[in-house]
Amino acid sequence: MAKVVIDGTEIEVADGITILNAARQLGGHSVPPAMCYYSTLKGSGGKCRVCLVKVAQGSAKDPRPMPKLVASCSTPVADGMVIQNLTSPEVLEARKGVVEFLLINHPLDCPICDQAGECDLQNLAYEHGVGKTRYEEERRKFEKIDIGDKIKLHMTRCILCYRCTMVANQLTDNRVHGVLNRGDASEISTYIEKAVDNDFSGNMIDVCPVGALTDKTFRFKSRVWFTKPMDAHRNCTKCSGKVVLWMKDNEVLRVSARKDQYGEVKEFICNECRYDHKSATDWTIEGPRHIDRHSVIAQNHYEKTDLLTLKKEIERQIEFQKGKPLPEPNRTLAE
Amino acid sequence: MRKLLLEHISEPGIETFDVYRKKGGYASVEKSLKTMTPDQVTEQVKASGLRGRGGAGFPAGMKWSFLDRKSDKPRYLVCNADESEPGTFKDRYLMEKIPHLLIEGMITSSYALGAKTSYIYIRGEYMYIVRILEKAIEEAYAAGFLGKNILGTEYSLDLYVHPGAGAYICGEETALLESLEGKRGNPRLKPPFPAIAGLYASPTVVNNVETIAAVVPIINLSGDEYAKIGLGKSTGTKLISASGHINKSGVYEIELGLPVEEFIYSDQYCGGVWKGRKLKAVVAGGSSVPILPAELILKTAKGEPRLMTYESLSDGGFISGTMLGSGGFIVMDETTSIVKNLYTFARFYHHESCGQCSPCREGTGWMEKILHRLHHGHGRKEDIDILVDVAKKIEGNTICPLGDAAAWPVASAIRHFRSEFEECVNNSMKVKELVH
Ligand SMILES: Cc1cc2nc3c(=O)[nH]c(=O)nc-3n(C[C@H](O)[C@H](O)[C@H](O)COP(=O)(O)O)c2cc1C
Ligand code: SF4
Ligand code: SF4
Ligand code: FES
Repeated sequence: MAKVVIDGTEIEVADGITILNAARQLGGHSVPPAMCYYSTLKGSGGKCRVCLVKVAQGSAKDPRPMPKLVASCSTPVADGMVIQNLTSPEVLEARKGVVEFLLINHPLDCPICDQAGECDLQNLAYEHGVGKTRYEEERRKFEKIDIGDKIKLHMTRCILCYRCTMVANQLTDNRVHGVLNRGDASEISTYIEKAVDNDFSGNMIDVCPVGALTDKTFRFKSRVWFTKPMDAHRNCTKCSGKVVLWMKDNEVLRVSARKDQYGEVKEFICNECRYDHKSATDWTIEGPRHIDRHSVIAQNHYEKTDLLTLKKEIERQIEFQKGKPLPEPNRTLAE
Repeated sequence: MRKLLLEHISEPGIETFDVYRKKGGYASVEKSLKTMTPDQVTEQVKASGLRGRGGAGFPAGMKWSFLDRKSDKPRYLVCNADESEPGTFKDRYLMEKIPHLLIEGMITSSYALGAKTSYIYIRGEYMYIVRILEKAIEEAYAAGFLGKNILGTEYSLDLYVHPGAGAYICGEETALLESLEGKRGNPRLKPPFPAIAGLYASPTVVNNVETIAAVVPIINLSGDEYAKIGLGKSTGTKLISASGHINKSGVYEIELGLPVEEFIYSDQYCGGVWKGRKLKAVVAGGSSVPILPAELILKTAKGEPRLMTYESLSDGGFISGTMLGSGGFIVMDETTSIVKNLYTFARFYHHESCGQCSPCREGTGWMEKILHRLHHGHGRKEDIDILVDVAKKIEGNTICPLGDAAAWPVASAIRHFRSEFEECVNNSMKVKELVH
């Protein structure tokens, strides 16, 4: 076991776990945000840099501070380590910078994005960003492409967390999907537009933190906060069959895997459960899903926070945009 | 001045095995394989004080001693011949003119590390050098210096040249290893370090071409003798690729400790600033290191003469110093636009970022766009402060040092030449007023 101090609170955790997971055991405000790390995907993390923290003391044996901020998702704890997250102005400043970097090339098309309301980037920006942008340059754009008949890739919104490519590599047996090109021209792609077609490919929708990968069977059916998430299950031979049904009245608009409070799916679901059972009678409904993530869909939560303003703002923008030409030519509302 | 690497460079036919051998080549292989244990070779390298010549200047002997020798996996030596840092062309010169020196260094070093397979990873743009190296390797195999039971000893080694597809980032050692494994050249998260889990998750040492070549004179002379050359902790000789506004550009082997002033103005080296112009600034160690104005490159802030050593060049930290880096010495005369030069560098880093981590992927593009605007006379008042801030937010917050390499030139150019940036903004303001 290792004793570590995070933002002044001491906690004992198993040796070798990451700072992020130690903070998650502690819970509360000291948990750094994470946009690329995903505990169920091997090799994930280290890329987005929003989880940077300060290690003020390396360990009991070597108390020197680490010279740079470190990615908490991929740095293991050591006994006697002292970690600063919210208590370090340096961390907050760097994180603000990272959020700004993630947003400068993002289209900010929340009003027409299916992910709005359950988007990790939206939530991150509200909690850790600054109100206005200093970026006045042209934003990068990509054409939308289909990855098979069920998934739409909207590369312009991608934050290159690499999670979806890990789904392809780790949940399925063929490596059909990866990253092309370099730098800010990088793009998620399949091998010469080949369809990603296997029983678990739909999970890449759930691991995507933003609206870059969306479920075509749900696209533009409803804003997510107008749907009611219900825990449900069925007997499935391919997966656990434990899902969330996103319902409007008695209609199942979407089926997704269950995410925990950090937005992570612990039990991936198969494509049959996701796409082929869109009738409520296919499922045993357990009851309303409690969503305790900090997001617009967390009904228990948003009344108390400024996220209510976010919801209102998005709805206002939708009203505003109805019937009006959209900011980018390759997008239409009616699609 | 003493030459250790390029001593025989002007010998006709030195690129062939026969001439190289006649000039004393492969003596270090004979000496080490026949009279020394691998650990003794490593000890000599440690004693020599040799520091990595790829840019970071990490002590080579120490790196070698970190190699996990207890692992039951094979060990690898990988030579970093990706040389893509703007202003740096010393490895090319060495490999092109005297390829057997690198092959010899690879054999001696591989023996010290217990590697049975070694690789030279070379940038794709150096295709003609791939052929030169392959020919040299073929000759070494034929002469019994490579392959099974070298010189009749127990030691066997296979050596391969592996060209990359042409990416600066593949010079970063972990991206290099990914690329060598046939994957996308994205840097890895460290730890684990290559010494523990490098190529194919096996213990690996990655060293620069010049570092490996320097092992040859170290073994021939002995580590202690080598350490006497140079100054203080900057031992031995260093190849400097000098370019820019000088009378004689080219690759020079200098003894570390040479005054910068002598290097720039002496006829033995750069031969002074061209066209009788005045010196404005120098980028002393490849595009990534901080730029220094003439007064700070010739003398430190304390007024001492600046020397070509790791320590002297970094005297003053990033406030008034720089780094020896890869030895890419770029000289700029009084007519140079610092803004334009910085824009060119920024364009390079934006183009070469692998795109894995957000600060570098997004920040390099942002900086390029602002600098493009400044350089083309459309600068805005806030641009300079945004540049400084973006650079600050990249620096130290990325996976690999490419982010730092992109940020340092920006920070230093604005620190030392702020008025030039302000002039760009003011001029664009004037243009706007005229138009209105
Ligand atoms: C972006 C980047 C590019 C690099 N390019 C090179 C290169 O072309 N050649 C090189 O020897 N080292 C390069 N390096 C340094 C290597 O990562 C590594 O430190 C070096 O090869 C170690 O060799 P040395 O200890 O002999 O210097 C680069 C580093 C970075 C971050
Ligand atoms: S498409 Fe989504 S999951 Fe894939 S890399 Fe982009 S943001 Fe991440
Ligand atoms: S710093 Fe730049 S080059 Fe290095 S890993 Fe991050 S994005 Fe890639
Ligand atoms: S969550 Fe740690 S770097 Fe992305």
